[in-house]
Amino acid sequence: MESYGYVAPSSIAEVLAVLNESTSAGQMTQVLAGGSDVLVQMRMPNHQPRTIVDIKKLAETNRLEVSAEGIYIGAAVSSAVMNEHQGLRKAMPGLMEAGDLIGSTQVQGRATICGNLCNASPAGDSIPALIAAGGLCDIATASGTREMPVEDFVVGVGKNALQEGEFLLGVKFAMPKANTKDAYLRFTPRTEMDIAVAGVGVRVSVENGICTDARVSIGAVAPTALLVTSAADALIGSSLDEAALAAAGQACKDSASPISDKRGTAEYRQKVVAVLCKRAIAIAHKRALEN
Amino acid sequence: MARLHVESTINGEAQEFLCDANQSLLDVLRDELGLTGTKEGCGTGDCGACSVLVDGRLVCSCLMLGVEASGSEVETIEGIAGDEGLHPLQNAFLENAALQCGICTPGFIVASKALLEKHPNPDESTIRYWLAGNLCRCTGYDKIIRAVQDAAAKMSHPA
Repeated sequence: MESYGYVAPSSIAEVLAVLNESTSAGQMTQVLAGGSDVLVQMRMPNHQPRTIVDIKKLAETNRLEVSAEGIYIGAAVSSAVMNEHQGLRKAMPGLMEAGDLIGSTQVQGRATICGNLCNASPAGDSIPALIAAGGLCDIATASGTREMPVEDFVVGVGKNALQEGEFLLGVKFAMPKANTKDAYLRFTPRTEMDIAVAGVGVRVSVENGICTDARVSIGAVAPTALLVTSAADALIGSSLDEAALAAAGQACKDSASPISDKRGTAEYRQKVVAVLCKRAIAIAHKRALEN
Repeated sequence: MARLHVESTINGEAQEFLCDANQSLLDVLRDELGLTGTKEGCGTGDCGACSVLVDGRLVCSCLMLGVEASGSEVETIEGIAGDEGLHPLQNAFLENAALQCGICTPGFIVASKALLEKHPNPDESTIRYWLAGNLCRCTGYDKIIRAVQDAAAKMSHPA
């Protein structure tokens, strides 16, 4: 293929047909949502021309639903649109925090959390938050849709679990109960527009002062964001006291396998991820008590 | 491959243009439509010099394909001033000397306009966070912040 092509199908079937035909013909495709990663990648030297498949014209990818039955965030919903949804802010403040940390106002006008997920950067801020919130990927396939927990979706640096011919339609969640709240914290050298040194997403449920359920996920400290069940285990059954938080922090530290780079050494990242874990739990705990 | 035919509304006027599938909206504005007020700084969404409004939403025009503007309303720096003269933000940038080389200025003004439409009386922190995606390498940011505050005051209490 010598030049780029562009198609903007209006149905899932059409998208799947384009992906399937291109694969059969040995041609490359690139699914496009917000484009804040894709357009940058297209300008890389030696980037091979391909057919851009814009999925923003589908009704399904534009879904943004928050109801008692559950929450659905379509793959074409930008961070800005997501952040303006009051119901979503109330139900999943941690996920909103993560989305709000990705890029500038301008970038958030285009960028999507599903794109952040598909791009599969180890430091993608929304990924630990999506994992902590118990997100399920809604994947369009030739034989219908299939679901996959977010923690299984990212399989390596820049690699996701989508098979050829599939694309991500959106992410869905059960509606959190009032006593269940999430939080996301990351550390960056600057306060804005920077890439995480470490990030932690948490979600806790509190009943009569006791933590009855928890999810903890760490980012930027391993090739992929990880669900840390040992950290959750340290919290469940506790009153989220200092000892439980310290144990959860230690579990995050033990699960991390960070690299050293210009943003921080491996040792530093392990220390920071434990601190962020404790602070994020404290924030989520406070939120759960306020409701 | 044949070039793509796109229809959109730019600064209130219906426009048709041809573009390549991989051509950014920024390149379409500058190279196909001659609207060179929108600047290219980084081309990777980091500097905000190419800020435009698409359907009222502030975006980097370098992070969007021209063909994605099909059916959309695009507003660029060229559409900011009205028939009656400069926009209060443009006057405020002049009066507060909020620019030196001027490359970042169109992006700052477009971004500030979007800010004031959403937050007519923003505090300094809100302005700084909103404009964190616009980089200026000449003036430092204080004069820019003061210009936005000045424009906000004049727009909410016209003389």
